[in-house]
Amino acid sequence: MSARAGLALARWHRYWITFATLLNKEVLRFSRIWVQTILPSAITTTLYFVVFGRLIGERIGTMDGFAYMDFIVPGLVLMAVITNAYSNVVSSFYSSKFSRYVEELLVSPAPPWVILAGYVAGGAIRGVTVGVVVMLVAMLFTDLAPHSLGITLLVFVLTAVLFALGGFINAVYANSFDDISIVPTFVLAPLTYLGGVFYSIDLLPGFWQTLSLLNPVLYMVNAFRYGLLGTSDIPLGMAFVIILAFIGVFTLVSLRLLARGVGIKH
Amino acid sequence: MHALAVEQLRKVYSTGFEALKGVDLSVPEGDFFALLGPNGAGKSTLIGIITSLVNKTSGSVRVFGRDLEREPEAVKAALGVVPQEFNFNLFLPVAEVVINQAGYFGIPRREAKVRAEMLLRKLDLWDRRRSEMRLLSGGMKRRLMIARALVHRPRLLILDEPTAGVDIEIRRTMWDYLRQLNAEGTTIILTTHYLEEAESLCRHIAVIDRGRIEAVAETGALLAKLDTEIFVLNLKQPLKCLPSLPGFALTQCDATTLEAALHRSQSLTELFAALARHGIEVGSMRNKQNRLEQLFLEMVQRGRGTRAAAAQAA
Repeated sequence: MSARAGLALARWHRYWITFATLLNKEVLRFSRIWVQTILPSAITTTLYFVVFGRLIGERIGTMDGFAYMDFIVPGLVLMAVITNAYSNVVSSFYSSKFSRYVEELLVSPAPPWVILAGYVAGGAIRGVTVGVVVMLVAMLFTDLAPHSLGITLLVFVLTAVLFALGGFINAVYANSFDDISIVPTFVLAPLTYLGGVFYSIDLLPGFWQTLSLLNPVLYMVNAFRYGLLGTSDIPLGMAFVIILAFIGVFTLVSLRLLARGVGIKH
Repeated sequence: MHALAVEQLRKVYSTGFEALKGVDLSVPEGDFFALLGPNGAGKSTLIGIITSLVNKTSGSVRVFGRDLEREPEAVKAALGVVPQEFNFNLFLPVAEVVINQAGYFGIPRREAKVRAEMLLRKLDLWDRRRSEMRLLSGGMKRRLMIARALVHRPRLLILDEPTAGVDIEIRRTMWDYLRQLNAEGTTIILTTHYLEEAESLCRHIAVIDRGRIEAVAETGALLAKLDTEIFVLNLKQPLKCLPSLPGFALTQCDATTLEAALHRSQSLTELFAALARHGIEVGSMRNKQNRLEQLFLEMVQRGRGTRAAAAQAA
């Protein structure tokens, strides 16, 4: 091996250790307080299943040919993934800014992309973990078998990554703890509820149906629904293009913010 | 080679405040260097830029010959920083803080644990390794910041007021440890408000004020610039009336205390001899003011005076 190749290998090994350290810290952070981070989504989803699925759902009948309870499972699971991936990164990175321990990373040789990868992977793992828990709860109420396990898992992970990136951007711009709850309350919740979690967009009048197509959450919910049930309001290919495009844009924005030190350097 | 070479470094904050006005500074490898200045002089901004916590407006920073802008990873790997304010995750255990920092520098976890144990033992924190950060005293947190800054074995250690709020005993222990590190080859740059600390530890001193370097000199040479030094003399017997001692400026504070302003050309032996001739016996003696403090104030005031005069002339 040439000296240059050896140096490159050593550098990548160093990046890997930094990434693993950051990821380990992030996973420990949410798993130490699992009662606050994992359990709430499981309880909320159980209530959704009991109230919307069983009590009200039986009166609604079927949607897109599925029992209402089965129809809402993908959306509820994805809602938990979105909320948790987002809130994990936004609260973790903002706390590190607020208490200034983000400086531990800024003075280290870790390049911006490794720092971003560590935080996003931590958020994505929490999102996926909570998603799996909610899925297990769902299995108590339904007897779903995934239509395509590959697509289900892919959408699961991509959605978690996308919203972890969203949480990171929110944290960079946040100047107070209030700022980290504004986006989840006023942007994320409406997008999720109007993203076809509880209904098929075929039920909406023409204008609202077209407007719904501007909602990125709609594509994720439908792609996930396709993975689980084999049905979707929109073409699967388009859903993946939209999800990947958002991930690409959010990644570039996050890296630029980190490299310029926006919100973290004077 | 210089451990640090800063050229024409400027920083203008978004508010328009110019914190650094073209700073030039170099620190030789292996030096123990003090950066002194009043509050708001630009010390922390300068350290912030060197350690990548503050974005510069213009100028350059080189660490062991490597440019911070072109080779940030190499520069950061060579630097250890102890900031002025605590910057910890307060809910992490002590050992975890040091081990994580090692991980950020690419040190494998097994090796990180060994280094963390060595440093925590050295800085008397090993017994508290499982305590959460928020449960530590101020002095312990200061020592932990030193352990954290050293875990990747930096060649240049920068300490921004490391002993602020630390009691005398711990301060002396920290001084001993810093001296040992310097003796082992680590270049150390220190900012401090305790001028006694700079005088005791550092071989070179730079004085910064209002974003400009006012002076850089060897500590001994800087102290030699002092023309007058004031001593407080405690007398063995009470003195009713202070006799006139030609050539000496003496002031009586109370019955058993005198203050003597001694010029550089005069010696203490001459003073004691003159006092003895009047039957005055000195029991003990101390400097009224820290010598460096006196010099520091003189230099800062002189620098401000020169600039004000230049501005008026313009």
